[in-house]
Amino acid sequence: MNLELQHINKTFGKVRANQDISLTLRGGQIVGILGENGAGKSTLMKILSGYQPADSGEILIDGSPLRAGNPLKAIEAGIGMLQQDPLDVSPFTVLENFVYGQVQGRRLSNREAAKRIREQADSFGFDLDPDQVVSRLSIGQRQQLEIMRLLNLGIKALILDEPTTGISSEQKDVLFAALRDLAVRDSLIVLLVSHKLEDVIALCDEVVVLRGGKLVGSKQMPATTAELVELMFGQALTPQARENVTLGDTALRLDGVTLRDKRVAVEKFTLDVRHGEVIGFAGLDGSGQELILRACAGLVRPSAGHILLNGQDLTGKRYRAFRANGVVFSSAGRVEEGLISGLTLTEHLVLTQTGAIIDWAAQRGRTEGQIERFYVRGAPESQIQQLSGGNQQRFLMALLPDQPSILALEQPTRGLDVDSARYIWEQLLARRKEGAAILFTSPDLDEVVAYSDRIIVCFAGRTYEITNTAGMTIDQLGRLIGGAVA
Amino acid sequence: MSQPKTIRVLFVLLSIGASLLATSVLVLLVGENPIEVFGHIWQGAFRNSEATAGVFNFWIPLALCSMGLIITFTAGLWNIGVEGQIVAGALAASWAARTFVLPNEIQIPLELLLATAGGALWGLLIGILKIRFGVHEIFGGVGLNAIISVYSIYLIAGPWQPPEGGSAQATQPFSDYALLHPMSSQFPVSLFTLILTFAAIIAVYLLLRGTRWGLQLKATGKNAKSALLLGVPTTRTTLTALMACGMLAGVAGAYRVLFTYDSLRPNVSGGIGFLGLLLVLLTGMNALWTPIVAFIFAAILSGSTRLRVSLQLDSSLAGVLQGILVLSMLLFNGLRQRLFERRRASAAPPASPLDVQPLVSDSKAASGE
Repeated sequence: MNLELQHINKTFGKVRANQDISLTLRGGQIVGILGENGAGKSTLMKILSGYQPADSGEILIDGSPLRAGNPLKAIEAGIGMLQQDPLDVSPFTVLENFVYGQVQGRRLSNREAAKRIREQADSFGFDLDPDQVVSRLSIGQRQQLEIMRLLNLGIKALILDEPTTGISSEQKDVLFAALRDLAVRDSLIVLLVSHKLEDVIALCDEVVVLRGGKLVGSKQMPATTAELVELMFGQALTPQARENVTLGDTALRLDGVTLRDKRVAVEKFTLDVRHGEVIGFAGLDGSGQELILRACAGLVRPSAGHILLNGQDLTGKRYRAFRANGVVFSSAGRVEEGLISGLTLTEHLVLTQTGAIIDWAAQRGRTEGQIERFYVRGAPESQIQQLSGGNQQRFLMALLPDQPSILALEQPTRGLDVDSARYIWEQLLARRKEGAAILFTSPDLDEVVAYSDRIIVCFAGRTYEITNTAGMTIDQLGRLIGGAVA
Repeated sequence: MSQPKTIRVLFVLLSIGASLLATSVLVLLVGENPIEVFGHIWQGAFRNSEATAGVFNFWIPLALCSMGLIITFTAGLWNIGVEGQIVAGALAASWAARTFVLPNEIQIPLELLLATAGGALWGLLIGILKIRFGVHEIFGGVGLNAIISVYSIYLIAGPWQPPEGGSAQATQPFSDYALLHPMSSQFPVSLFTLILTFAAIIAVYLLLRGTRWGLQLKATGKNAKSALLLGVPTTRTTLTALMACGMLAGVAGAYRVLFTYDSLRPNVSGGIGFLGLLLVLLTGMNALWTPIVAFIFAAILSGSTRLRVSLQLDSSLAGVLQGILVLSMLLFNGLRQRLFERRRASAAPPASPLDVQPLVSDSKAASGE
């Protein structure tokens, strides 16, 4: 089958998620779709699999156009998508899940279906039994079931959305072997959506890279991680001269801290941060840097090790205890976690104050002062969601307590234009001069190199520290982010 | 700003008109004259001062519960457990009425104090179940409602039954010194609780409008994750909201046993808590509108008890009218939002791109990233 995407465009509000994307795929090809979070790969795949229509553009299957925005039509046309969370029904058995959703008239009897499951599972090396209950299966097994189900629907092109998240490396090997087999034997088109370079390198024949909603390049494999990183992140690095700040005492000490979530585990991580120091975390999404940052603010509790704040052991304490000791955390999703839709700017500012009774007139005045000081475009009565992203971020700066000890910031300039980003950093560096230690993550390597005194590179929960940031090259950083230990 | 306000009032009037019309059709279908029916309901409610007092006796516990529910709704909580909090207050007041022998001026405050404590405890349990054990407040509330309701029936039929033998209808009536007294025989309403209710309305209004606690409730209700990051003690806020609602519901329960009845009865709340939930949803948690709408409902409920005497119509017709009123108010509210607020939203400054961004990678959000 020939699959052609022609000039696909999709916007959400002001965000251009996909801009004029054209792509041609032939049977038997295994193509990796690479891109950072928000690059537009999920949107593109949803359009392709019919979960949402494109604003403009066409999908052609062997030359004939596909009706947009209908998953059933997409499946009938031979395009199936393996979701990150497989679409199965957990109290049902493997067999029941396999049979449901089969096209009318092609429905198999239970006995035939069970037989087919066993045969296919055998041929792919999948570990599946028709009578197992889905709720007892691992994510890897559920993926295997979903792939078999889709293949039985007559799929000619299979999209996999981050399929290696949450599965073991053995399951990954089995999955990749099966996909290669399907591509060669049945000339299946395989589209692997991922931001994990090692997966793409291990499986794909060709890679296309999305950045900011645009298709920015493609590469025949094999390619080096550094080449791919450069495609993903764009520009080469330009280290900047920075003002030197005399470092103070240790502000924060992570001592052999072990952190876990569903996706990644950080083992026995140790880090000393001094007052006035800026630590940048680089790494692909979900490599452990978010966990470390949240642990510094008491939002994730370590299963081992200690967290000391200005010498005081706060291990296992909650965010409020950390905040009382001068830690401020801000998350990448400002409106989901940080600001409150429906509350006015004044109300936000009041929340960070003390005192049982509110003097609204005085608070309104204070808010006006902060609005002016931080160049926020908005009024004290504006609700926070009415502000643009840059103004929201500036207002977050206005909400910071006066003398923070540690600032833990997830992507502090996410979604901001160059001027807004520069302003935010001016403010942050001013706090640093007053003795605040800053820890931040960023998908923008330029930003990491430009502002960090030290860089911690995370890869699959492992960390690598770079102290000499001036001598850093894109190649080295790219290699580290991609998992090659220097 | 004045334009949407007049529209808002207009739509409330429209919805009342529509519900009267719909009820009229139903009344016509059974061959009665709707104007006569409404006339009798009005008469039932306001024909003389005793009847009007009856309306107030419905209104007092209903208004107390509704004000409590405004607090929990503001904190983002579905406090279905308000019914249980009423019963807990009634139980505590009953226990005090049976246990102490004190002058009325001391006994009554003591009973009400214990009732607030009982209601607050029953609210707090919902909060603890939610925060410590991850039980959603709706399920915790339903469970605790059942427990306290069955326990009250056990007390009525067992340990607290009257000496002449339990009919499971009521406990032994409480002594006169333990009961709330009417202010006069022409207007039999308890002045003390009437004043208390007005005080509660004003207090809730002021708490939500001018205090840090009120703002913390709002912040927690709208986005608990962000509120925590901004320094709001979200756990404490949730617990105190449930306790505050429980206190007001507890007073309502005490009022039912110490004035409406003279003893503890099964189903002592009479569904007032659930009616309160509806009311507060209808008024959009407005602390000034809620007691007014509560009064309208109390008048319909109280007035319709006359229907049986005068027209041989069952008073459940009032329930029908009430249901239709709720539905039509919701309907017109939705219609108004559709017609006016969406238009305003499109005229408002464009939302931040980040509001939309999650859509781009929402498959990841679903997997808990």
